[in-house]
Amino acid sequence: MFTGFMVNTWIVASIVALIAGVVGSFVVMRGTAFAAHAIPQGAFAGAALAGLIGVDTILGLGVFSVIAALGIGWLGRRGRHDVAVALSLVVLLALGSLFLSWNTDYEPEIFSLLFGEVLGISSDQVAPTVVLAVVTIALMVVLFRPLLFSSVLPEVAEATGLSTRAMDLIFLIVLALATSMTLPVVGALLIFSLMIGPPAAARSVTANPMTALGISVVLSLVTVWVSIALAYQWNLPVGFFVGTISALWYAVGRAWLAWTRRRRRVAGDDVAEVTVQAAPLGRCRR
Amino acid sequence: MTAVWDAIFQAGFFSSDEVQVALVVGGVVAVVSGVVGVFAVLRGQSFAGHALADVGSTGGSGAFLVGAPPMWGFLVFSVAGAALMELIGIQRARGRDLATGIVLGGALGLSALFLYEDTTVHNTTGATMTVLFGSIFAISSSLTPWVVALSAISTAGVIVCYRPLLLASVHPDLAAAAGVPVRQIGAVFLGSLSVAVALSSITIGSILSTALLIGPAATAVRLARRPGLAMLWSALIAVVSVWLGVLLAYDSYTWPPKHQAWPASFFVVAVVFLFYLGADAGVSLRARLRRPAAGQVAGDGPAPAGVSG
Amino acid sequence: MVPPLRSSEDAPGTYGEGAPPTGADLLRLDDVNVRFGDRQVLRDVAFAIEPGQFVGLIGSNGAGKTTLLRVILGLQRPTSGAVHLAAGHELGGAGRPRRAPLVGYVPQKVMLDPDLPLRARDVVALGIDGRRPGIGLPSRSRLALVDRLLEQVSATRFADSRVGELSGGEQQRVLIAHALIGRPRLLLLDEPLANLDLNAGQDVVNLLARLAHEQQIAILLSAHEMNPLLPVMDRVVYLAGGRAVSGRTDEVIRTDVLSGLYGRPVEVLEVQGRVLVVAGLETPDLPVVSAGARATR
Repeated sequence: MFTGFMVNTWIVASIVALIAGVVGSFVVMRGTAFAAHAIPQGAFAGAALAGLIGVDTILGLGVFSVIAALGIGWLGRRGRHDVAVALSLVVLLALGSLFLSWNTDYEPEIFSLLFGEVLGISSDQVAPTVVLAVVTIALMVVLFRPLLFSSVLPEVAEATGLSTRAMDLIFLIVLALATSMTLPVVGALLIFSLMIGPPAAARSVTANPMTALGISVVLSLVTVWVSIALAYQWNLPVGFFVGTISALWYAVGRAWLAWTRRRRRVAGDDVAEVTVQAAPLGRCRR
Repeated sequence: MTAVWDAIFQAGFFSSDEVQVALVVGGVVAVVSGVVGVFAVLRGQSFAGHALADVGSTGGSGAFLVGAPPMWGFLVFSVAGAALMELIGIQRARGRDLATGIVLGGALGLSALFLYEDTTVHNTTGATMTVLFGSIFAISSSLTPWVVALSAISTAGVIVCYRPLLLASVHPDLAAAAGVPVRQIGAVFLGSLSVAVALSSITIGSILSTALLIGPAATAVRLARRPGLAMLWSALIAVVSVWLGVLLAYDSYTWPPKHQAWPASFFVVAVVFLFYLGADAGVSLRARLRRPAAGQVAGDGPAPAGVSG
Repeated sequence: MVPPLRSSEDAPGTYGEGAPPTGADLLRLDDVNVRFGDRQVLRDVAFAIEPGQFVGLIGSNGAGKTTLLRVILGLQRPTSGAVHLAAGHELGGAGRPRRAPLVGYVPQKVMLDPDLPLRARDVVALGIDGRRPGIGLPSRSRLALVDRLLEQVSATRFADSRVGELSGGEQQRVLIAHALIGRPRLLLLDEPLANLDLNAGQDVVNLLARLAHEQQIAILLSAHEMNPLLPVMDRVVYLAGGRAVSGRTDEVIRTDVLSGLYGRPVEVLEVQGRVLVVAGLETPDLPVVSAGARATR
């Protein structure tokens, strides 16, 4: 399990988990799970096109995920964000189905692109992944405070000259970068699962943003490692384990939060704020 | 004149069984999607609408595995997915996105497993493609009565709840104050949505399901000022898109690069998207034309405001 | 019968700042107009604020209060007119000015996500350097500053609580600390009292009055309800139908002045120390528009 080309898988998968944990924290905070689902699926069309015209899959993924991000940004300039995401998604998927229809013998590869592939990582894939990871992490470090600010208090941030729209678009592009990198390992359909499960659980456990980020990365690493080990052991798709374990994290996080909140309510009855009832309303007529 | 007619409706278009079923079932599904979609858009539940289609296809692949009729797989999973989302908390705008995503993620994980088993154990190649992308020309005609019946149920759910649903969608606080059971109404809508989406997902695939649910409705909401009218427009646009898409797909048998039909889903989505872009451009053009012409408006001061002690 | 004062010029005290720009003004609006399509939202609004003044921006819902605040913040460009901030910042002109340190802003009705992984102190810290790139290294002076601000708004008790789980009044105080930490000279608050119960509202008002007084921070606070502000307000800007009158409370809250503003007779009544603005004598069948007077507290 730890020999030969599996080493590549472990390296790439760990980087993927790190990125998903960091970027995912903001996906959850900004409520962009739909975009995180749509961008990789849209990027899938790029992989289909790359297969059709014979260029590197990563290139197709990269170009199409950025197209998906820009499309969401452009369609979302007016109107509803979720509608923009849905429309971008279906347009790209329709293109994908067109490209696939021109390209008949492709099924196993499609399957691994959609649902992830343990053995799919070759050694020449490691370098591009590392580069993309460094770029993504650098962007996240630079953007950390403005992103946090505009996610939490968009109006106030806007008043200090931090454009919400610009932050939206920049974040979508970061998401696109993260996507094109993570897609070959986890699969187009399950990346967003990895991006929302661990961060959602992390924020249920702590109110400290940095701690939450750390926990999110740790959970994400655990998810990916366990998934790969199990997938290798039983020869099943990685995506199945990623999806299931991520959902499990979420459930655990919710349960923890509900439990601590109830405990605090029971214990905190004596310090609860006392709201004084307003005096009866007096009516005044001339 | 006949030459043009023949070029558009190529030989055999009207006599082909597949085309007839595609036109009928596609039309019915389009109407339901258009009607239900208006509320999905108004309520900001596009993601749920899309997710339930994918959740339904998980059921489809599961049914494939155990040899059950896929129809029931789609329906059961889609409805169960909706119930789970409701349970987790899709009502709050804040948790909605996450609740939907978690259910979708879990379902897609299962999908991976089922499809993998389908392809390896049963050695049925093509399962992935069929379940995920669907094909409007591969609808079995035995499905037609089921589709019609379930469409009626789904549409009825929305129509019966129309007024409270509208109020609860536009202004939940106001609706609650007026005694509308906002949460229950939301659950009924989610149920209707899941049935509608399961239907469209099994017949035309999950891509088209989302396209028909969101595209025509978003276009119609742009154009129409009244929600009832928007539903009419939306259904109309959806039906036209499906029929046009089927026609073009039929014609594309003779097109390059492979002299093999292009997928109908591509054409339907293209038409839906063009409708949306057209409406978008039209509306912003109208707004731009009107702005400079806006004259001084005599400002009748509002009634003395409630400034009270 | 009060003759309706159609044009603003002849309303006494309508534009209290008729004088040429003096160096003392922190903020001055000159005939600001805002129009959205066919709708004129603000019409020739002009007033000025001096350092340390507590100004109430009073008007009913839809009177244009939020639009006016957005104009001052530079988020909404006026159709005509200009906004001058001290030290020659001109907002009405081209471009987005850098006014971050000068003006603090507390928006209307912020209800943060209860699950947000953010403590009250993190929100306050975002006020120091939320715009700047990078993660921001922990520093002792930063921590001390945040602690001091939290103490100033009496939020120390819940400094480490999840901010989304705090009550409306508590969140309000955290946001005020957030706005104050950038050392603004003018603090804008949009309807801060709207979602608070009486006591919490009074606490916030007292806190703001103290800040205005002690730190010479000018405060412009919008409300549809003027009575909680009456004891502390230095000036009032009264908005109705997009037009404004401003001046000292006793100059503005008068039957003749407000009738002129509304363009129809209204009457200012004082009932048990509370001020009510009601529809005037000419329309006797109009009910008292609002009489939510709380007789005693």
